[in-house]
Amino acid sequence: MYSLENVIKKYERHGQEVTALDETNLEIPDNDFVAIIGPSGSGKTTMLSLLGGMLAPSSGRVVLDGISLYALSVKERTKVRSTKIGFVFQTFNLIPWLTAQENVQIPLVLSGCNAQQQQERAAAMLEKVGLADRMRHKPNEMSQGQQQRVALARTLANDPQIILADEPTGNLDPETREQVMEYLTEFHQDGRTIVMVTHDEAAAKFATRTIRLVSGVVSEVKAEVQAEAA
Amino acid sequence: MKPYSLILKELWQRPTPMLTSLVAVTLGVTALVAIQNITVYSEQKIASDMDALGANVLVLPPSVSLQNYYSADMHGKTMPETYVTQLALAKLPGVQNLAPKLCVEADVDSIPVVLTGILPRSEFESKAAWQGMSMLTNSVGSDRGCCATGITGGDEDEDPASLATKRSIKDLGKDEVILGSEIATQLGTQKGDKITLLEKEFKVLTVLPETGTIDDGRLFAHLHTVQELAGTGPVVNVIEIMACCEDAAGDLIGSLSKELPDTRVITISQVVETQVAVNGLMSRLSWLFFSILLLVGAASIASVMYSNVSERRKEIGTLMALGASPAFVTNLFLGKATILGFVGGLGGFLLGTVLAYILGPQLLDVAVQPMPQLCLIGIGVATLVAVVASYLPARRAAGLDPCLVFNDA
Repeated sequence: MYSLENVIKKYERHGQEVTALDETNLEIPDNDFVAIIGPSGSGKTTMLSLLGGMLAPSSGRVVLDGISLYALSVKERTKVRSTKIGFVFQTFNLIPWLTAQENVQIPLVLSGCNAQQQQERAAAMLEKVGLADRMRHKPNEMSQGQQQRVALARTLANDPQIILADEPTGNLDPETREQVMEYLTEFHQDGRTIVMVTHDEAAAKFATRTIRLVSGVVSEVKAEVQAEAA
Repeated sequence: MKPYSLILKELWQRPTPMLTSLVAVTLGVTALVAIQNITVYSEQKIASDMDALGANVLVLPPSVSLQNYYSADMHGKTMPETYVTQLALAKLPGVQNLAPKLCVEADVDSIPVVLTGILPRSEFESKAAWQGMSMLTNSVGSDRGCCATGITGGDEDEDPASLATKRSIKDLGKDEVILGSEIATQLGTQKGDKITLLEKEFKVLTVLPETGTIDDGRLFAHLHTVQELAGTGPVVNVIEIMACCEDAAGDLIGSLSKELPDTRVITISQVVETQVAVNGLMSRLSWLFFSILLLVGAASIASVMYSNVSERRKEIGTLMALGASPAFVTNLFLGKATILGFVGGLGGFLLGTVLAYILGPQLLDVAVQPMPQLCLIGIGVATLVAVVASYLPARRAAGLDPCLVFNDA
């Protein structure tokens, strides 16, 4: 379970202090599916970075499973990220000179799996997202939708408990967007916690909770089971 | 897939940015290996030549400068042959032998050759007998001092082939000629054959064994015959003096200069010292080239690495988001630098060795062999330089904010 306790994040920009996240308290229970919406510059990405253990708050605590993430050393936090958290990015962020299978293997390389385990696991994950026949393809040989599915497979490689998604449907056509959201829903149904930043109202409807961020202030829009309605 | 596979795959897929750096590193090591290789083998050859020649002294016309012992008679300047007699009669201590030479150009069957006039030992012995000093063992010097063994004579002196190593022979007839191994092969001539030189017919007394020097390409005839045929009069280009040991040669210089004030007297060690000095200069220059080219390589590597970090910001951020630690990212870049240094060092060693193998015989008449220790030095230094040059870019990569992977970060 995630909790943000009195988290404030301020930046210094051109000599001026900017509050990206203001006195935020939020709880995200296990197996929750949260959509964070809000206008550009509202602090959505800051929140995702804080949850991902990549950006220390100015004050307050980010707690994951009872452990304050930013009380850990960089090495320990890296370990938490590689074992418990998976990321999905708007621009997929695949390594262009690696094949689909090798891209999926990266988290496994970082966690020290042997070559055979890596290959088997990557193949299984690509099969899960319907890309068993594209394992040897490089990103530039695949469509945008296929690339995002490779990125989803990579996210699942280490079987993370939490998936943090940054505009996962931002670069996709409506049909592929629907497909990706179905995958995320499936991952949620498998018991994972999903936190998704999105501008897309339709994508947000797949979440069980929607949080709106405006100028760094959180407000809960809907905390009902939206997936059924979607 | 291993972490190093990530480095190799990136290098394999995007080799262009690193090529310039690799070439600079490779050239640095090539320069070092090639010059050092030639220099070392050149020094070994000089040492070996020095051992073979003993403590030799050259008496030259005063205006002659000399770089190569074996071409001491190739300068075209002459001095009177009477100097030879003067030296022989002076009976200077430590003198083992005198070998005057006159070098002229000729041709055999339209093939241009170098004909060298030499004076056999029998000429000195007859002069000594005429002077009433035949009871002495040495007809041209005094063996007091350092010379423990008999200086002249010995069965091996009877063999005309001893000219190759002793630089003098016992007997040589006025119509006899001795051929160097190379010219004999070129002319297709053997011992006992007859050849015509300067319109005179000569009988081939012997063919010398190969020496690896320019003597292999020469023909040797009696000095007086050469003087007569070439119309030079009683002159010589050089008088080689075989002194019996280093000490004698050292003391000898003063005595010789006093005896023949209108000549230039130099010891073989002076010639060798010149050669050694040239080699030393080359060796130092090779380190200078190596340093400059490695510095260029280092600057190039640092620049390429910095731009590589900038180009791969998102990639690095993604790796960090996926669980790569800063140390892992640092190692990715340092690993790449290690590969560059290793490949550059190895490539430079191979290229330098091939270059030395080709150029050594052409430039300094030295046959070279690969020197494994240069491989270790080349690879070690090139790798160290590449790693040091990449350290700051690698640290910069490791310090990137992983949040840049997000859309509006």
